[in-house]
Amino acid sequence: MNFCLNFPLFLIVLSLASAVICSVLNGKAARLTAICLAALSAVLNTVILFYTYRNNISIPYLMGHYPHPWGNELRISPMEALFSAAFSSILFLCLLGGTMQIRQKVQQDLSRYFYVMTCLIQAALLVLVYTNDIFTGYVFIEICTLSSCGILMIRKNGRSTLASVRYMIFSLIGSGLFMFGLIFMYNVTGELLMPNVRSAVRVLWESGRYRVPLLTSICLMTLGLGIKSGLFPFHIWMADTYGTAIPGASAVLSGLVSKGYIFFLVKLIYDVFDIRVFYASGVQNVLFVLGAVGIILGSVSAMRENNMPRMIAFSSAAQIGYIYMGIGISPGLGITAALFQILAHAATKPALFLASGVLTNAMGGAKKFRNLQGSGYVHIWGGISFTFEAFSMIGVPLTMGFMCKYLFGAAAFDASVTKLVLTLAVLSISTILNTIYFTRSVICIYRLPVAGDRTRERSQTSFIFAAAVFIAVNLFFGIFGKSFIDALGNCVTIF
Amino acid sequence: MKKFKEWLRNWDEDRFMFAEDKEMLEEEEESGGDSWRPMTISGLERQEFRLFTRAFPVMAGILALVMILFLLSAVLQLPAFGSADTPPAKSGTIRRYVEQGMQETGAVNIVAGVILDYRAFDTLGESHVLFAAAAAVFILLLFARDPQESPESKAILRSDPILRNTAKVLIPIIILFGSYVVFNGHLGPGGGFSGGAIIGSGLILYDMAFGPDRLNKILTLKSYRIIVLCALLFYSGAKCYSFYCGANGLETIFSPGTPGRIFSAGLILPLNIAVGVVVACTMYGFFALFTREQI
Amino acid sequence: MWTILWNNRIQVAAVILFAVGFVTLLLHRNLIKKVIGLNIMDTAAYLFLTSIGYIQGRLSPVITEADTAAEHYVNPLPAGLVLTGIVVSVSVTAVMLALTIRIYRRYHTLNLDEIYRYVHDEMEGEK
Repeated sequence: MNFCLNFPLFLIVLSLASAVICSVLNGKAARLTAICLAALSAVLNTVILFYTYRNNISIPYLMGHYPHPWGNELRISPMEALFSAAFSSILFLCLLGGTMQIRQKVQQDLSRYFYVMTCLIQAALLVLVYTNDIFTGYVFIEICTLSSCGILMIRKNGRSTLASVRYMIFSLIGSGLFMFGLIFMYNVTGELLMPNVRSAVRVLWESGRYRVPLLTSICLMTLGLGIKSGLFPFHIWMADTYGTAIPGASAVLSGLVSKGYIFFLVKLIYDVFDIRVFYASGVQNVLFVLGAVGIILGSVSAMRENNMPRMIAFSSAAQIGYIYMGIGISPGLGITAALFQILAHAATKPALFLASGVLTNAMGGAKKFRNLQGSGYVHIWGGISFTFEAFSMIGVPLTMGFMCKYLFGAAAFDASVTKLVLTLAVLSISTILNTIYFTRSVICIYRLPVAGDRTRERSQTSFIFAAAVFIAVNLFFGIFGKSFIDALGNCVTIF
Repeated sequence: MKKFKEWLRNWDEDRFMFAEDKEMLEEEEESGGDSWRPMTISGLERQEFRLFTRAFPVMAGILALVMILFLLSAVLQLPAFGSADTPPAKSGTIRRYVEQGMQETGAVNIVAGVILDYRAFDTLGESHVLFAAAAAVFILLLFARDPQESPESKAILRSDPILRNTAKVLIPIIILFGSYVVFNGHLGPGGGFSGGAIIGSGLILYDMAFGPDRLNKILTLKSYRIIVLCALLFYSGAKCYSFYCGANGLETIFSPGTPGRIFSAGLILPLNIAVGVVVACTMYGFFALFTREQI
Repeated sequence: MWTILWNNRIQVAAVILFAVGFVTLLLHRNLIKKVIGLNIMDTAAYLFLTSIGYIQGRLSPVITEADTAAEHYVNPLPAGLVLTGIVVSVSVTAVMLALTIRIYRRYHTLNLDEIYRYVHDEMEGEK
């Protein structure tokens, strides 16, 4: 059974190799390869999760013959296994649910490249989750950037090219800052492997040597990953990006890529910056404020939007604000809440994008709300999925969204009074705003009469399957999530 | 001062329109062609534009200054440049790499040993970054002729006798030198990336001098894909094997050999060749796609 | 302070170049100049990284038979990292330039403000 510790290595190499293989296959075979790969990765990561959780394993895995600090390493623990299993299964569902649109909207001879890019994204996400070395993280962040830009620009109209230019510029700024922070870190610690850097950082912080470079490095790396994942003042690329990409692509981008960066940031906070140093540095307060402002302003922008994908994109900005707010609240409970929010958002937003995609399709490509009236009747499953996920976003009890808000509230009671008051205020205001704009959109898609002469459209089986699984998972964790969250909290403490 | 103001005003108005394109546009306008034409911006909007462009250099300057000061304050505390007392120089890595690197990896060039053996996982990712970029450029430019896009004057390849004859002499030397750099990556400065870039530039020169037709007999889109596929799969496979052995404490079948020989250093030489092939093909592929949307 | 800055002059230069490149990439309206800014920024990062590896009076890390003492060679690790970084920067530059080519072909301008204006007009016609 010890053999299953080799699975991450196999999965990473297999993802990279199947990306290369997909580039010579035709579109159909490439699609099959990518979907099978995602499913395989989900299954194997679940096996690792059970094995490591049961035996309480958290060990480094050598990539090569040389132990630290000479070679590269992965680290395998329940937390990593959980997140990579979740990311892979969501990628699987996104590919399954978005098949139709990918087939319709991507040029025939280019569709294989879509799957090349998804394989690369999967490899990059696995490495970002498993890696134990900062520089490896940087290299795979760049793979993630290039491949997510690839699935964005595969739709060849002027707007999506412009959106990918914007996305690319912000991503490059983010990775440039991350790189510079990494160099500072290497300069003052002399190490690149996470545990070694952490012990060096601890010693430096206590002795007070190199204080300013250390803080600069922490700021630059946090800021770089924040820009890439859409932290508040830098969320402006999101609306264009998610609004113009094909629904499958925006599902992958919002659900997985930005979450991968945030998970990497959490990993850095624990394994590189050291949790005590990070929470003594004051950076967390900046994250808290930016997150809180992002929640409010993102929701306000979403309310003013009359284009469905763009509205969902702005709500994404708000949800990412929650994650950063959670990181800012407190180390233990706050981070648990943030991690649960990563999972919840990754399980909700892709479904919303996919549902909005089929609704848009059912109405002949209309994206504005006034043209989407009655689309819920035309495409039954799209309507159901959209409604359910919208309720989860609002935070109706029995859904994951409710769990998240509950956790944030509970975490805030651990923190200082200012943060408690601010958190509760932000939570309540954002719930009201969320309710307004999501209820409005749900009412809109069920409003009669149906514009024009529309017959009911038959849903594709793969979309129904994906939507049903998304709903089932959401309900399951919404109802029985308590013990899961406790386990997550335990894992956080031994991170 | 007046000149400076003028310069500020013109900061952003050079729109990088190349002379030919301007001529082409003018011609189109004269002939009344129905192809795409830039819209004119009305006077009022132009004014708003000016306001922003005038504020822009100031904003940029302030931001740059703030950032420079912020980073300089960090640099002030950094260890001195070139001293042997910095944390990276004191850490154990350099000692192990230099003193045992030659026995462990078989590479005389320690940098090659570091990137292809000690930290091979980074390099595996790096060659896939190149692959991802190539795939992204393929998406953007391969057979990219949007009907909404304007036709473009085709670049005419001039068959210049001086260029051709110089190229005839130079190309074999360039390719030979590139191969030398690739094959000697473990013995001296060089390696797959630098050697591959040299070979790639040789291919680009060949393409410029003799046109794409002759090169296309060997290097078509299909063969390009197959070559990159084989090189990258070999790379991944070999590294997967060696990582697997390393993590499970098994011996690999590759031995470092005698350092200094050409056939030594275990996997480093074949990996350098694979990387060199990928880099050379990708460089040439970028050039071909940028100039004519196909390989 | 000035002596420290002078001793660390390479890092100072790298930091200034980084900030210049960063601001150009973020704020400049011309796409080609943005790409130039990106390259300045990356190059500055590599300059910084290379300067970390350098140790006064030591040799480059290509071992000669007689001499394997660690005290006689510079740090090989930053050189390896820079090599990796350069390939990454070449790749992203190629993708940015390809994007620029497509934008230019479609809108016949490289100024982002004007492109936004055209795209805005395009959006008006959308459903």
